[in-house]
Amino acid sequence: MDFIRNFPCISIMLCLFAGIISSGLRGRTARWINIALLLIVTFLSACTLFYTLSTGESFVYVMGKFPAPWGNEIRAGVLEAGMALFFCIIMLLSLLGGQHKLVKEVEENKVFLYYVLTNLLLSSLLALVYTNDMFTAYVFVEINTISACGLIMIRQVGRTIEAAVRYMIMSLLGSGLLLLGLCMLYDLTGHLLMSNMKESIAAIVAQGEYNIPLIVSIALMTVGLCIKSALFPFHAWLPDAYGYSTVSSAAILSSLVSKGYIFLLIKIIYRVIGFDIFINTRIIDVLFVFGLMGMIFGSLSAIWENDIRRMIAYSSVAQIGYIYMGFGMGTQYGMVASVFHMLSHAATKSLLFIAAIGLTDVSGGSRKFIELTGSAYRNKWAGVTFTVGSLSMVGIPLFSGFISKLLFAQAAVQINGKMLPALIVLGVSTILNAIYFMKTVIRIYTPVEATAYPSVTFKDMKLYAVVLVLFIVLNIILGINSQPIVDMIEQGLAMFA
Amino acid sequence: MGANLLTNYGEAVAMILFGIGFGNLLLQSNLIKKIIGLNIMDTAIYLFLAEKGYIEGRVAPIVTDGVTSVEAYINPVPSGLVLTGIVVSVSVSALMLALTIRLYRRYHTLDLDEISTSLKREGL
Repeated sequence: MDFIRNFPCISIMLCLFAGIISSGLRGRTARWINIALLLIVTFLSACTLFYTLSTGESFVYVMGKFPAPWGNEIRAGVLEAGMALFFCIIMLLSLLGGQHKLVKEVEENKVFLYYVLTNLLLSSLLALVYTNDMFTAYVFVEINTISACGLIMIRQVGRTIEAAVRYMIMSLLGSGLLLLGLCMLYDLTGHLLMSNMKESIAAIVAQGEYNIPLIVSIALMTVGLCIKSALFPFHAWLPDAYGYSTVSSAAILSSLVSKGYIFLLIKIIYRVIGFDIFINTRIIDVLFVFGLMGMIFGSLSAIWENDIRRMIAYSSVAQIGYIYMGFGMGTQYGMVASVFHMLSHAATKSLLFIAAIGLTDVSGGSRKFIELTGSAYRNKWAGVTFTVGSLSMVGIPLFSGFISKLLFAQAAVQINGKMLPALIVLGVSTILNAIYFMKTVIRIYTPVEATAYPSVTFKDMKLYAVVLVLFIVLNIILGINSQPIVDMIEQGLAMFA
Repeated sequence: MGANLLTNYGEAVAMILFGIGFGNLLLQSNLIKKIIGLNIMDTAIYLFLAEKGYIEGRVAPIVTDGVTSVEAYINPVPSGLVLTGIVVSVSVSALMLALTIRLYRRYHTLDLDEISTSLKREGL
């Protein structure tokens, strides 16, 4: 059984090698390698998850020959393995669901590059999830940025290139701040491994020295990762990047890439700085306020939007706001709610993007709401799936979104100062969500008399329909089977400390 | 405070440079100037690391005359970090330049705001 300890390292290496091999292959072969890789990594992550669950503790895997304070390490616990498993499943479903658009939107001699980029993206996500070394985390953050930029601009129209440039600029600002904060922290502690850093920081705080440099470096790293994960005032690049790239990219970007950075921030909070020290810096209040603002303004922008893809993209801004609001509450319950919302949002947002493409395809490729009238009758599978996604986003019981809202509300009740604003904004944001999602659902289910657009049936889109059903199943599993998942998250966060 | 600033002038310069680079990357509308800002910003961090990693009077940890005392050498890790950082920064600069070329060929301008307006006119 101890052999399973190698699996995190093996999965990262497999992704990197698959990326290298795919760069010399034709599109179709690269696609099969990618699917096989995703299945293998899913299996490896599931094994790691079961191993950590059965042993009940996390393990450290030493990379290379140097021991702890100098060498590089990988660390896996329940939360890391669970996240890796979840990321693989979402990525597999997103790629399969967007496959038919990929063939149309990407030049044929460049399809293999798409799979090279997704392999690299997966490797960097896994490395961000598993690494125990801050500088390794920074390097993989940059690999993540580069491959995400490639995923945006692989569809060569003017909008996507401009979106890619804007995405790169914001991301580079974010990683610059992250790197600066990281270097300052390295100067303060003299270590790069997360566990050693935490010990040194605890000692520094106990002595009462270097208070301001510590706060500055924590703030720099937090703001850097907030910029990269598109927290509210930094979201200007997001609608174009999610709205015009090919649909698999949009699903992967919204549900995985931003979550990778947020997961890194959680690791920094728990494993580098220490939860109590982080809360005492009052940075959480800033996160709380911007989270709340994101929840409102993201939804308002989504209501004004006249384009279904951009509407879903703006909805992401609101959902990222939820996650940071959970951080801002500064309690264990808030963190659990945030982590659950990461899963719930990832499952739902990729579902919405994939379902929306089915609706626009039967409306002549137009994404304007006026053209989408009645499209759920022309593509019944996509219509039902979009409705499920919308209900989940609004927070109807049975779906995952309900559980995360419930957890946020429960967490909010237990803290004194922030209860009222959190609950009020949660309520307002739910109503705003309902306004724009229900508006869309009613629109796609409004019958039209004569339509120029053809209907599609199951025979025309077997793979797509199966993927949609799998997405719905995943969403309902998260919604019905939430208690074991919440327990796992709590166990994983306890392992972080 | 003032005395510390004078001894640590290298770090202070690095921070000022970082600010300049950050501002340029954020505020300039010309893409090439943005990339220059990016490079200034990254280089400032390397200056900071190099400045922090050097201790007056010590040398690089290469044992030649049998001295193995820790006191004689500097920590090599910051220099290693600088090298890694340079590699990362080169690759993102190259990517940004490639994107800039793409945009220039399409819209014949380097001004990001102008490109946005012509995109709106295109109305894709």
